[in-house]
Amino acid sequence: MVGGNIVGGIVVAGIAVWVLVVLAGKGQLSPAMWGPAVDARAWQFYYLPGLENTLRAAAFATVGAVVLGILLGMGRLAHARAVRWVCSVVVEFLRAVPVLLMMLFLNAFFGTAMKDVVADSAFTAVVVALVLYNGSVIAELVRSGVGNLPRGQAEAGLSVGLTPGQTLRSVQLPQALIAMLPAVVSQLVVVLKDSALGQIISYAELLRSAQILASGGGNPLQVLFVAAVLFILLNNLLSWVAHRLARRLSGRTAGRTQVPVTPDVAARRTVRPAAA
Amino acid sequence: MSEFLDILKHYDVLGAFWVNIQLTFWGALLALVIGTVLAVMRISPLSSLRWAGATYVNIVRNTPLTVIMTFLVLAVWTQLKISLAHDFALNFFLFAVVGLGVYHAAFVCEAIRSGVNTVPAGQAEAARAIGLPFLAAARIVVLPQAFRGAVAPLGNTLIALLKNSTVAVAASVATESSGAMKTMIEFRPDYLWPIFLTFAVGFVVLVIPIGLATTGLSRRLAVTR
Repeated sequence: MVGGNIVGGIVVAGIAVWVLVVLAGKGQLSPAMWGPAVDARAWQFYYLPGLENTLRAAAFATVGAVVLGILLGMGRLAHARAVRWVCSVVVEFLRAVPVLLMMLFLNAFFGTAMKDVVADSAFTAVVVALVLYNGSVIAELVRSGVGNLPRGQAEAGLSVGLTPGQTLRSVQLPQALIAMLPAVVSQLVVVLKDSALGQIISYAELLRSAQILASGGGNPLQVLFVAAVLFILLNNLLSWVAHRLARRLSGRTAGRTQVPVTPDVAARRTVRPAAA
Repeated sequence: MSEFLDILKHYDVLGAFWVNIQLTFWGALLALVIGTVLAVMRISPLSSLRWAGATYVNIVRNTPLTVIMTFLVLAVWTQLKISLAHDFALNFFLFAVVGLGVYHAAFVCEAIRSGVNTVPAGQAEAARAIGLPFLAAARIVVLPQAFRGAVAPLGNTLIALLKNSTVAVAASVATESSGAMKTMIEFRPDYLWPIFLTFAVGFVVLVIPIGLATTGLSRRLAVTR
């Protein structure tokens, strides 16, 4: 087993060395290529302003998505069938439409019909598209969070004389919201990643600024590498926070605090195999 | 209304969706191959391979797909001058397939791993006990059961892939639906809402059957224990 381990390690290291040798052979490791990608000018005028715009869009989008998600999630749990039905259709629609299509549409919409109301159509389009999509994902988190609470919680609420609506609002939702907090934080990874779609509608976020920097220096490989590293570091930080939260909050709710393995795709209802 | 139908025909909306379906098909195939290899690496007894698999997943999962697509076109194609085909359009199509495959492989790997978690440890132990080496045990005993348990998350990944195939526009594939929608909106802003709703409903129509099919399939294929 030790021998196999060493062979495996050599193969992995060999691939890494081979990539570096190929890059060096094409002159991609020279200081002339890397210097302009990491010097003070690059940070001051490109990465940091881009990062700021990325974080600004992500922050607005997160707040909006949580609000919309709670509203739609409550709607799907509502007593009135019509409300449930409308919210279900809205959630399913928003989850099925690619975020990029919403962004392109909203950018055109805010830029023409809403020209007098909206100052920055690209920024608004990025934020609203992210709110609509992630709001629908969070709505599902709310619903599954309430569904995962022990039945006794709702029964206790009803038996002390609360109406179903009051039980939802004052017993089930508070616990479900705490239980889903780690999942919401890991959904922020998706928000942050999808904010890079803003590049396609010329919103000056991190990727867009990096691209502008690269087109001046002729070194997109190096510049995009730096931008990717920034995204990866930020997202790793968010995942770490999510896991810490999941551990800390588990004592404060009757629900399960769990970070989904793959937040992008696991948000959809998964069917557990029988008695697994 | 009839004028709008003419617009749909003029800009070949069905053709645009067909490009997305093709991107999804080849991207899913590539992602399934890479993802399975990664999953085997991550459950292997060799810690160096486990580390390599985990590192790949951790890096790729945290990188925006748009960055990967842009990187492939600007860094790999323009700067390193690596071409995948002589034909211009085919070259970008292949780059988009590579981007989609490489990105979603990380999610396929995690989906298969969650499937592996539904296989009791006794199955792998029994396979090793009758003398099967690791790869044979994985291929004959563990993975077939893991894939059955992974149908639902794999279906979710496929849905995500189909929706993400619109990001191919960042890899200069202009014929797929987000590129087509952008062009149509630019030339016919008077039909903004109908154009958007056409594409949106198109995706709803494509996504919902995949969801229903994989949910049904995962119920039927689940191993009863």
